[in-house]
Amino acid sequence: MVSNNTDFTLAVEDLTVSFDGFKAVDNLTLYLDRNELHVVIGPNGAGKTTVLDLICGKTKSTSGSIKFLNKELTNMAEHEIVRAGVGRKFQTPSIYENLSVLENLEVSYPHGRGVFGSIMFKRTSEVIEKIHQIADQIMLRDELETEAGLLSHGQKQWLEIGMLLIQDPQLLMLDEPVAGMSVREREQTAELLNKISQGRSVLVIEHDMDFVERIADKVTVLHQGKILAAGNMKEVQADPKVIEVYLGH
Amino acid sequence: MNFVYEKLFGGKQGFIGLLILAALILIVFPLFFDIFRLNLIGKYLTYAFAAVSLVLLWGYGGTLSLGQGIFFGLGGYGMAMFLKLEASSAENTSIQSTPGIPDFMDWNQITELPWFWVPFNSFTLTLIAILTIPALFAYIIGAAMFKRRVGGVYFAIITQVIAVILTILIVGQQGFTGGINGITDLRTLNGWDITSDSAKYIFYFINCGLLIAVIIASRFILTSKFGSLLLAMRDKEDRVRFSGYDVSNFKIFVFCFAALISAIGGALFTLQVGFMSPSFVGIVPSIEMVIFAAVGGRMSLIGAVYGTLLVNAGKTAFSESFPELWLFLMGGLFISVVMFFPNGLAGLWDDYGHYVTRHFSFLSTLKNKLFKKSPSIALEAANDSNVSEQQMTKL
Amino acid sequence: MGEYTYSELGSILAMQGFAGISLFSVLLLMALGLAIIFGQMGVINMAHGEFMAVGAYTTYFLSVLTEQYLPSLMPYYFIFAIVIAFLVAGVLGYLAEFALIRHLYKRPLDTLLATWGLSLIMQQSFRSIFGAREVSPTLPEWLLGSYQPTETIDIPLNGIFVLVLTGVVTLGVFYLLYKSSWGLRVRATTQNRVMSGAVGINTKKVDRYTFALGCGIAGIAGAAFTTIASTGPTTGSLYIVDTFMVVVFGGAASLFGTIVSAFTIAQTQSILEFFISGSMAKVYTLFALVLILMFKPEGLFASKVRR
Repeated sequence: MVSNNTDFTLAVEDLTVSFDGFKAVDNLTLYLDRNELHVVIGPNGAGKTTVLDLICGKTKSTSGSIKFLNKELTNMAEHEIVRAGVGRKFQTPSIYENLSVLENLEVSYPHGRGVFGSIMFKRTSEVIEKIHQIADQIMLRDELETEAGLLSHGQKQWLEIGMLLIQDPQLLMLDEPVAGMSVREREQTAELLNKISQGRSVLVIEHDMDFVERIADKVTVLHQGKILAAGNMKEVQADPKVIEVYLGH
Repeated sequence: MNFVYEKLFGGKQGFIGLLILAALILIVFPLFFDIFRLNLIGKYLTYAFAAVSLVLLWGYGGTLSLGQGIFFGLGGYGMAMFLKLEASSAENTSIQSTPGIPDFMDWNQITELPWFWVPFNSFTLTLIAILTIPALFAYIIGAAMFKRRVGGVYFAIITQVIAVILTILIVGQQGFTGGINGITDLRTLNGWDITSDSAKYIFYFINCGLLIAVIIASRFILTSKFGSLLLAMRDKEDRVRFSGYDVSNFKIFVFCFAALISAIGGALFTLQVGFMSPSFVGIVPSIEMVIFAAVGGRMSLIGAVYGTLLVNAGKTAFSESFPELWLFLMGGLFISVVMFFPNGLAGLWDDYGHYVTRHFSFLSTLKNKLFKKSPSIALEAANDSNVSEQQMTKL
Repeated sequence: MGEYTYSELGSILAMQGFAGISLFSVLLLMALGLAIIFGQMGVINMAHGEFMAVGAYTTYFLSVLTEQYLPSLMPYYFIFAIVIAFLVAGVLGYLAEFALIRHLYKRPLDTLLATWGLSLIMQQSFRSIFGAREVSPTLPEWLLGSYQPTETIDIPLNGIFVLVLTGVVTLGVFYLLYKSSWGLRVRATTQNRVMSGAVGINTKKVDRYTFALGCGIAGIAGAAFTTIASTGPTTGSLYIVDTFMVVVFGGAASLFGTIVSAFTIAQTQSILEFFISGSMAKVYTLFALVLILMFKPEGLFASKVRR
């Protein structure tokens, strides 16, 4: 079962984490192809966010392996994982409210990451160009000078996605990217996700089924830390176990 | 040129602020105060180093150190040890049972200069020690704590405990440190009488020059990406970490830099006041340094200097005439600053400063003439500097 | 150590150990209050030592009153003094929470500075009211004297009394926090403030009474303190750092941890004190604590929680 060298962008195998005996993620195996947009769904407490925490190093696993482009992530520090090419968006928009949109993007720009590098960092035309390009993508070009705290909820979500995009990650992980968004914003976000998943793999956690249907290549249903079903949206929706979990309660 | 202007002086606002401060401490004070008062102001300005360090560490970095007195003290003691050794030459101390060692060692039956005192025979080594030991000490504390993600109130308390330990150690090890009285009777620096009026003037100006240099260096750091990162870490540490930064390194660096600044202040204190004692190391001086920064405005480098001057002037004035009232006032100051003026004097200036400038309209016209800024957004300002460079040459 | 025989060493350990018990009692009483406030509310109360001093001064004041007006009640006043010290410190704590702390809940570092300001004001108030000199209440006779189980061991009665008092208070706190409905509300608020508010717990009231209770216990610590040493305006500030170390070392939210930690710290310091000077004993104790906390920042008994 354990593979050593794969074509997968992300290969999670036999991953388990327990908190004082409670297994939040139990023997999970999950693969992500290149350019795949994979959505994890599941009821509250299924362990979805914990899976993202484990991949990005926020939580340390009890056992199992996480390979990203054949590199083992489980014993790397958070910032090393990011530098390897994994970006993660948090559930509640996590942006720097006191900085402008421009500064938010600049701080996320993947150069000058050391102490002295950041002191000597210069805002060159190259940096500005990249920031403009990202700002266009996330529909915030006109808000570059706005203090990020003043943005609407949806715009904050986009900004955080932009802060990840500027680092050009090979794997982008988004925790409920459309939570709290208006219908129009959801549509725009779906478009955005479809656009940015070109050339990278994306792992999304989401509740909104319409939204999932619109974006997902592949869906995994998580329940009590274990995989309940996996496949494309149609297959998963037809699965009696899934119906039981979602409607049975 | 524009780079220097924006980076070192913090743009138009920062440059004017720095200019006013420089004029005040370099010209106005020396003109209006006699050498006794000027020396006193010089003493306050050495605390301002610690206050400025707290603006970086606490205001921007969000890490409150209740132990800046440690570094102030290490710097001060380093300088005091050198001066004491110079004052304890064999001729000066011929009446002691062991000539050539500091008097307090002789009183405590110590017959040989302890090993850690030996390097302080050399002025060069002393300067190196002042600039490295406090920063190194801060590195050890910082690395141990920040790598384990200890911060907030825990960090504040641990630094406070270290200040307590150091104070008890200095007081307890009388033979090595001079005990509660500290290191006193410091007279000459390389044969030059430091108690003379001319020396006091020179130290005052050196002090002011270094303080301004420290503010400029701090500005440089704060206006860089590092500065944005500090604010970012203060508010959303995880987001910074998951943007690929090793957060602890940044905190360690600020802590070390803050320690270095405080140590320079401490060394200048010894030179101007002529002694160093544990009462400038422990809990009380450390937390007073925090209030200096808080009164001035925890986010304002220049505000920290005014805060220090104001609180200390108040302390001197009140403790001369109403010593009882002073503690009430100081306590009230702590409470009212955090409750009503969290941004201190600088915050007040930001909120109400325009009333002042309106009444002195010639100031604002002058300002406009000097610093007419193109309506360019910051993006363009970064690329081309031609327009502003021309304005700068007019200065 | 070579100069002592084993039996002498045994007696020394027993007596220093018992001296340590007195220190342990005061530290634990102080730390209980601080731990409740810090552990349950996340507030650093730098004025906690001054609330202890309030208790000590209250006891002194009552002793003077009793001696002057009701000398016949001298044997009993101390018991009342403990209760009144608790009430006075508690009421002052209640007021402090109302006027100060409640505005700063989301800014722990600012709370620290504001309560430091409060401590300065309280210290100066002590000095203005009771003078700068240290004072001691006249203790009832039954608290004086000592118990001698063997020729060489001499255990003072006040130490035993304070230990019993500490035990009673600790049990009381334990009962309040873990067995009463009020404790349930406090713990619920600690874990999820918003949710607690939503299910009808008046979290503001819970905060205020928690703070008052913590300060009240510091008041009891002050009453106990008068049996061991005399009280001055800055007495409280001498104990605040040690108390913080007890709370942090024990793992802020664990009552059991606080007890073990107070015991360890008090005993280490007290036994070291016999062999080296008191100040160096304190240096070693604090230094060891700082080192341990650098490697185990969450303290001895922190519970594992998913973050």
